[in-house]
Amino acid sequence: MLFTKNAPKEDIVVRGARVIDPGEGVDAVLDVRVDDGVITALGQNLDTNSHRVLDAEGLVLAPAFVDPHVHLRTPGREDEETIASGTAAAAAGGYCAILAMPNTDPVVDSAATLGSLIETARSEAEIPVGFLAAITRGQSGAELTEMGELAAAGAVGFSDDGVPVAAPGLMRRALQYGAVTGRRIALHCEERTLSRDGQMHEGEVSAELGFTGYPSVAESLMVERDLALAAYERQPLHLLHLSAWESVQALRRARAEGLQATAEVTPHHLCLTDEAIRSLDPNLKMNPPLRSESDRTALIEGLKDGTIVAVATDHAPHARHEKEVPFEAAPFGVTGLETAFAALYTHLVEPGLIPLGVVLERMSSGPARAYGLEEPRIAVGAAANLVLLDLNASYRITEETFRSRSVNSWLLGATVKGKVRATIAAGRLAYTA
Amino acid sequence: MAEIRVMREDLRPPTTPPRRHFISIKDVTRDDVERLLATARTLERSMEREVKKLPTLKGRLVINVFYESSTRTSSSFELAAKRLSADTMSIKSSGSSVDKGESLKDTAITLGAYDPDVIVIRHPQIGAPNLVARVTEAHVVNAGDGKHQHPTQALLDLYTMREELGRIEGLHVSIVGDVLHSRVARSLIQALSLMGAQVTLVGPPALLPRGVEAMGCEATTDISVIGGADVVYVLRMQRERMQEGANYVPSLREYAARWGVTPERLRPGQKVMHPGPMNRGVEIDPRVADHADALIETQVRAGLVTRMAVLYDLLTTGPIEVKTESVLEVA
Repeated sequence: MLFTKNAPKEDIVVRGARVIDPGEGVDAVLDVRVDDGVITALGQNLDTNSHRVLDAEGLVLAPAFVDPHVHLRTPGREDEETIASGTAAAAAGGYCAILAMPNTDPVVDSAATLGSLIETARSEAEIPVGFLAAITRGQSGAELTEMGELAAAGAVGFSDDGVPVAAPGLMRRALQYGAVTGRRIALHCEERTLSRDGQMHEGEVSAELGFTGYPSVAESLMVERDLALAAYERQPLHLLHLSAWESVQALRRARAEGLQATAEVTPHHLCLTDEAIRSLDPNLKMNPPLRSESDRTALIEGLKDGTIVAVATDHAPHARHEKEVPFEAAPFGVTGLETAFAALYTHLVEPGLIPLGVVLERMSSGPARAYGLEEPRIAVGAAANLVLLDLNASYRITEETFRSRSVNSWLLGATVKGKVRATIAAGRLAYTA
Repeated sequence: MAEIRVMREDLRPPTTPPRRHFISIKDVTRDDVERLLATARTLERSMEREVKKLPTLKGRLVINVFYESSTRTSSSFELAAKRLSADTMSIKSSGSSVDKGESLKDTAITLGAYDPDVIVIRHPQIGAPNLVARVTEAHVVNAGDGKHQHPTQALLDLYTMREELGRIEGLHVSIVGDVLHSRVARSLIQALSLMGAQVTLVGPPALLPRGVEAMGCEATTDISVIGGADVVYVLRMQRERMQEGANYVPSLREYAARWGVTPERLRPGQKVMHPGPMNRGVEIDPRVADHADALIETQVRAGLVTRMAVLYDLLTTGPIEVKTESVLEVA
């Protein structure tokens, strides 16, 4: 279900890093040897032979990240991102796998479109990439796609991300039929009669600035509906980019009742609130919107206690000229692949809000499990999916920082801590800095 | 004639001031407002002369860019600039390159190439003046950006209240109607609370934005409270900004019956204001609009002198700083 370009596997020894793998219960200074892309030894003073040596003293080596929610804009808006540029950006962000959403032009709703993406990925993807296909044809919410054929053609899951499946009856059919394919259904929860024309979270800041509000109940109402349908059908589901505390509450309750529901949260919803929008910066406009401090606190709590299993960037590249307009005219979405770890490390780990181990787990094995992908592990016999992190590096994020074709990052101009020094994805050294 | 030849000290042409803007009431202090009101007062007295033109801003260029229809604001800015002897140009979105799909950024850069001293902009989208401020070297005056701010309207309203009631501090002002879509209301709430007046918002629930009390006012759906106000400020029902089928109120008829400002709901002597244009018979009863206690024409006159004061102030004195860069500093 993941595709990448054919490249020789590496022989590498990472020497002297603090190796942290929360899943394996490892946190020790070790050497890690990789032979032909597979981890073959962990230990002290490992033989380097003729291997490439990454001197990693003072750095952290962790399982590489998995991003379950990326927009690669291909086909249709290759000026904003391509499979090559998006996967290069992912490699720079420490990712060994990313999943691309199907809301392209045309929408990925046929095996033919999916097949051509897989073909391209096989020739140009710097790291493994998976493709979700649409739940409904053209994401129009009217008819189901041929999910069986799409799954057979390699779809990693199904989503109408960007738009909700509005009709409950059709949503039920999608859950029923999706189960046949064995792939995860991922839902963008938004009740559009409540969010319509909404530019930002409805609250004190929107009241003052005059923006049309997008209330949190527009999300949580749909979350409740989809959880109820999934419970009725006894089917798993994945909730995309949660933003509201009511949604976290509903999910926690449903999971306690035994529902196989997973969810993701973005770095920007974990780090920012609607207060930031006072700057009127279009790079703070996204859907769902930044919400209040109590929502942010609930998201952090949910990520910590495992109600939310994954961090997802919702990397949404937009052309410069489309964001250089007044806030209301700007499209929704911000980039995130290359800044996710630094954002979380700076805003959550350093201030002591979330332990480093939890962030590493939710960026790696959490999202992999949610989609039934192989979890990156640091263990003998596992494929080498590793990220080397410099927790002490402090740097300013500028447009030149990015490998993505777009620069609509909410962190432009900010100084952050925590830098990716190297990424090994599927046994290949995909990035070094 | 003679008195104009000898220029008064406080009306002398400016030396080069630091670059400032007037985009939001949030960006000004009480001292700034006092200074602007005092300048407006001085300018109003000068308007009593037979020849009303002052040489103060001779050689300056003021460009008015209006992306939305306007009678009062555009005419008063144009006249204000002319009365101060500035050169003026007025650009409307229809008939300009905006019709050809030119972006606001490119239009602003084009106009900026003429080195204007001031760009006055009205735009249907929040934050448009900030964008113009970022890409040009001009002082930017916000003449209304979407539902966000209309700071010169708030200034002229303060001026009107002080002229008519002698004070602003301690006044009780009821703002009635469509607060949700009103940039006038947002600027006025902030301006009145800055100057120590008490504000109560009155309107149908869906037109009172959730969380608006945090701006420093009260909010109620009960129209009877307007009887206790010194000033009843009536907002226009902004039908053009309302989404199709949003059902903010069941009908204008029902709105008028429940929230219309009628003589029966007022006490004698209460002052009534409206930013115009009015929907007579909807938010305001025609008998109220035409009554002597209505200050609507006074507001229009105040608009001219307060806008002259703003242009004068930007090009001469006083700090009205606004941050136009939106750099997020990470802790």
